[in-house]
Amino acid sequence: MSEFQTSIEDRQIDRSQMKVSDEIAIEITDMNKWYGTFHVLRDINLTVNRGERIVVCGPSGSGKSTLIRCINALEEHQKGTITVDGTTLSTDLKNIDKVRSEVGMVFQHFNLFPHLTILENCTLAPIWVRQVPKREAEETAMYFLEKVKIPEQALKYPGQLSGGQQQRVAIARSLCMRPRIMLFDEPTSALDPEMIKEVLDTMIQLAEEGMTMICVTHEMGFAQAVANRVIFMDQGQIIEQNEPKAFFNNPQNDRTKLFLSQILGH
Amino acid sequence: MSGQSSIAFVRGDIIPPAPPPPGQTGVLRWMRENLFSSVTNTLLTLLSLYLIWSVLSAVMPWTLNGVWVAGSLNECREIRDARGLETAACWAVINERWLQLLFGFYPTDDRLLASLFYAEPLAAAGGMDAIFGAGSNATTRIEFVNAMKADLSNLTIFFFGYWRPLVAVALLVVAVAPILYANLPRGLLWLSLAYPFIGVFLFWGGSVWGPALVALGLVAALFLGRLVAGRSGLLAGALTALGAFVVIFLNPLGVIGHSGLFPLLPHVKGVMDGLLPMGLPAIPSDQFGGFMLAIIIGTSGIVLSLPIGILLALGRQSTMPFIRWVCVTFIEVIRGVPLIVWLFVASTLLKYFLPPGSNFDALLRVIILVTLFASAYIAEVVRGGLAALPKGQYEAADSLGLDYWKSMRLIVLPQALKISIPGIVNTFIGLFKDTTLVVFVGLRDPLGLTNAIRATPEWNGIYWELYIFVALLFFTFCFFMSRYSMYLERKLQTDRR
Amino acid sequence: MAEVTIPPREAFRLSQLLYDARYRSLTIQVIAAMVLMLSLAWLVDNTVQNLAALGKDFSFAFLWTTAGYDINQQIIPFSSQDTHARAALVGILNTLVLAVMGCILATIIGVLVGVLRLSKNFVVSGIMTFYVEAMRNTPLLIWILIVFAVMTEATPQPREFREGGSAAMILWDSVAISNRGVFVPKPLWGDGSGVVVAVFLLSILGIFILRRVARKRQEQTGQQLPVFRVSLALFFLPALIAFFVMGRPITLELPELGGFNFVGGIQIRNSLIALWLALSLYTSAFIAEIVRSGILAVSKGQTEAAFALGIQPNRTMQLVILPQALRVIIPPLISQFLNLTKNSSLALAVGYMDVRSTLGGITINQTGREIEGILLLGTFYLIVSLIISSVMNLYNSSVKLKER
Repeated sequence: MSEFQTSIEDRQIDRSQMKVSDEIAIEITDMNKWYGTFHVLRDINLTVNRGERIVVCGPSGSGKSTLIRCINALEEHQKGTITVDGTTLSTDLKNIDKVRSEVGMVFQHFNLFPHLTILENCTLAPIWVRQVPKREAEETAMYFLEKVKIPEQALKYPGQLSGGQQQRVAIARSLCMRPRIMLFDEPTSALDPEMIKEVLDTMIQLAEEGMTMICVTHEMGFAQAVANRVIFMDQGQIIEQNEPKAFFNNPQNDRTKLFLSQILGH
Repeated sequence: MSGQSSIAFVRGDIIPPAPPPPGQTGVLRWMRENLFSSVTNTLLTLLSLYLIWSVLSAVMPWTLNGVWVAGSLNECREIRDARGLETAACWAVINERWLQLLFGFYPTDDRLLASLFYAEPLAAAGGMDAIFGAGSNATTRIEFVNAMKADLSNLTIFFFGYWRPLVAVALLVVAVAPILYANLPRGLLWLSLAYPFIGVFLFWGGSVWGPALVALGLVAALFLGRLVAGRSGLLAGALTALGAFVVIFLNPLGVIGHSGLFPLLPHVKGVMDGLLPMGLPAIPSDQFGGFMLAIIIGTSGIVLSLPIGILLALGRQSTMPFIRWVCVTFIEVIRGVPLIVWLFVASTLLKYFLPPGSNFDALLRVIILVTLFASAYIAEVVRGGLAALPKGQYEAADSLGLDYWKSMRLIVLPQALKISIPGIVNTFIGLFKDTTLVVFVGLRDPLGLTNAIRATPEWNGIYWELYIFVALLFFTFCFFMSRYSMYLERKLQTDRR
Repeated sequence: MAEVTIPPREAFRLSQLLYDARYRSLTIQVIAAMVLMLSLAWLVDNTVQNLAALGKDFSFAFLWTTAGYDINQQIIPFSSQDTHARAALVGILNTLVLAVMGCILATIIGVLVGVLRLSKNFVVSGIMTFYVEAMRNTPLLIWILIVFAVMTEATPQPREFREGGSAAMILWDSVAISNRGVFVPKPLWGDGSGVVVAVFLLSILGIFILRRVARKRQEQTGQQLPVFRVSLALFFLPALIAFFVMGRPITLELPELGGFNFVGGIQIRNSLIALWLALSLYTSAFIAEIVRSGILAVSKGQTEAAFALGIQPNRTMQLVILPQALRVIIPPLISQFLNLTKNSSLALAVGYMDVRSTLGGITINQTGREIEGILLLGTFYLIVSLIISSVMNLYNSSVKLKER
């Protein structure tokens, strides 16, 4: 990891916009989830303020992906409440639609639509969900594609792009819906090492602009540089959370120590 | 030299490529490797060559010495004996009857034939009206037409007498092309949409206003639905379209004018026919036959079954148990029972299930049952396509806030259907071959026509030539379709990489 | 512990039926059920009215009335005095016989063609490709008619088999192929033949025990017994010895010419032979493709890995390739069997009396019970196909790869 850590540390990070406000973006209280009889998430309590950048880490199977998938209702939770931007996720389908259109999500395997061009990938949801006129949607899409530095690929198909480029397109696709919160589900895990940096750069850029972000990632360099809070999860529960500096330098729980020693050890 | 440097090596000059040693290339080596590499292989080669030789030596003389011009089977045999041949095929029957095998008893456009190629005898007989006019004598007309057909070559009759089915099939090819080949201009898709109406008009004839008004009604209903969908949601739009459709086509409870169940369409059609009569001579379906029948039933079966099959496949994947159960039951029942039994349902049972007094023609009944039959198979093919899509695609669509129907229409189905095209083509080939079964419910498919030809005194007792011709017709068609589907499969494999 | 706060219960609103995840799917299903019931009711109502208009009722009593027609190919005795139900049973048995015979022959030919098609020898693979393409791309009905025409038009009449005639029996004068059908020897079971059969069955049991013992032995000691050769000997020797010891109790009754036709032996009608051959040949082309792609589906890496471990080629086939290929081959193979069974209904074309021709043909024509007859016929085919597909599901779940 050291390589990427240095590459991020080299970068001048502009913290002027990274302000955490008092406004609550996401509030999760006593949330529980089961797969059949398997208790995946246990008594999760988490409040995310607007402008916060949270990194969630933990061993595989600890429930971290499930947690953020619950936030935009890709998974259903069975107990407790999740409130996103004042909308409580319930069985009301309208609320689910509302939350989904306000929360952007980036997946480990990009999940771009292979039958559509990059531009069409980005304009699809604005046109069909937000009912934005096509030209306006395309302008927005080009704006964000420029932001992730691949406007010249707009007319290509996802299959013609490298992994890193695809993931940046996936970020741009989410941004086109003008979300107020972005969720990242291990966005760099499926990438070759040399492509991780370009995706992390894009994410840092987002953070600099004050986006509320929750990232499931093992990029500890990114966590140290950008996050204002790191959460460690194991066995479906939040074990420890703290500011990055304190988290990395002085972990309290034994599990956290073990985990950190395993991933930072070499 | 030290011990360390003995493992270090740097190449100074690059070795140029050299030819392989002799005896490693050439025809002989290739034959040795492929045909005679071992005792078993040599035996297999010899056995195969013997097999080919014995089949060819039995079949080729019969085929190549065939008699091409004769009026009957007996005449064929006389010619064969006169030539001193032991065996000879009687291709004359194909030469004489191929039009019938292709088109059955579908009538030729005699007016066109007469005016183009038989103008003088027509004038001598008193002109178009005297022969074909309203008050003309049927016997004279039949005699005239028979004389004309005897004079004209079969090729002329094929191209000009049967121009309607020919144009319809040619347009069909053009209409299907943009669906099968993605790099053709997208504008052609409009023709694909319009084709069902054009095809029906060309094959069945009658007033042009029938198909045109149905098309207009559909367009109007869809347009209205779309207008409403843009303002107040997809569901409302779909309901509006359905409502408009019902009003336009069935006009229940007299929404427009009349009372009771008053279908608007025939009424408007009558008015339009009065105002601007246009059309082709109507041809009832009992005159359809031959290879053309196979194409009509096969194509309409597949095209009509696609939407039903897609809905069934989606239903089978649904999270709603009742919907899933209904779809699974339908698919399994249809697939569990042979097509021939379904055809008997069409010919004998359908009349029980419909309101008393409703009666419609045999071809339409067969097409309905064939459509239902094919839709179960298409559903399974599409289900395979749906299953092949990675779960991430559904999740990405969900996370963007697309609802079920939008994510199906925009994300899932375009990809799933593309994967399914080879399977759909294969289903089509299967269905196309199965159209020969309609002979059992009294339609005149090519095999039924071979019986009809055999029933004539001239060709009594002729089997092989007719079967071979029909088999070759089907083979050519199906072979190219299956090659196409293989090409697609290969292309899909490379695309997905 | 934080207290669980239950959101205040909202009053039920009608819009919840559509926009609440709890009710929405229920709403849709109830509507679908109603639509389905209404359309079914409409169909049933129409049927009742139509039946009433024709003065018919709906009853299966016709099954127990006298059939009054003959069936030329029968496994269980049947005469025209028997009931329609028995005629249906004869038809069902005829269908099943045809289907089972067809499946066996189709599998044999199909596996052979599929493997040969993979041969590097281009003459062999070329012939097989031609065979597969010719069969697959031509309607089955044509093949049935062609084979039937061969059987009836190109085979000699029984009188040609007389002294000085142009035809001769084959296989040491035991089988006669004529345009009246194929005549094969009929085994006659004399006294003591039960012993021979019992010995044969016991030796088959012995083979199974031998295999099990050999496997146990190998697991415990690593020693490999010569199972194949011993099994082969066990299969033939004991039964043959018993046959001769008991004084050759089983004899064959050969078909002989008598009058205008053959007498003795078993007559297999040409319709059955033609159907059997055509169905098998046609289906074998599809099976060949399944076998070929199944073998190709096992990646080359698997063979190489086995070779790299030092496993011999034939063991590689047995231990690595076949188990994986069969996983791919068997499900579509079973659905081909299903297709063959359904296609056997084309028996109609050559006058073979299968269930469609007895129950679904003559019985319906004689009694006028179209709805009941076709219902029973459909149910029969449906049951067969459900049985076959549940076998397939069982197989699928038993070989499912353990994957994450």
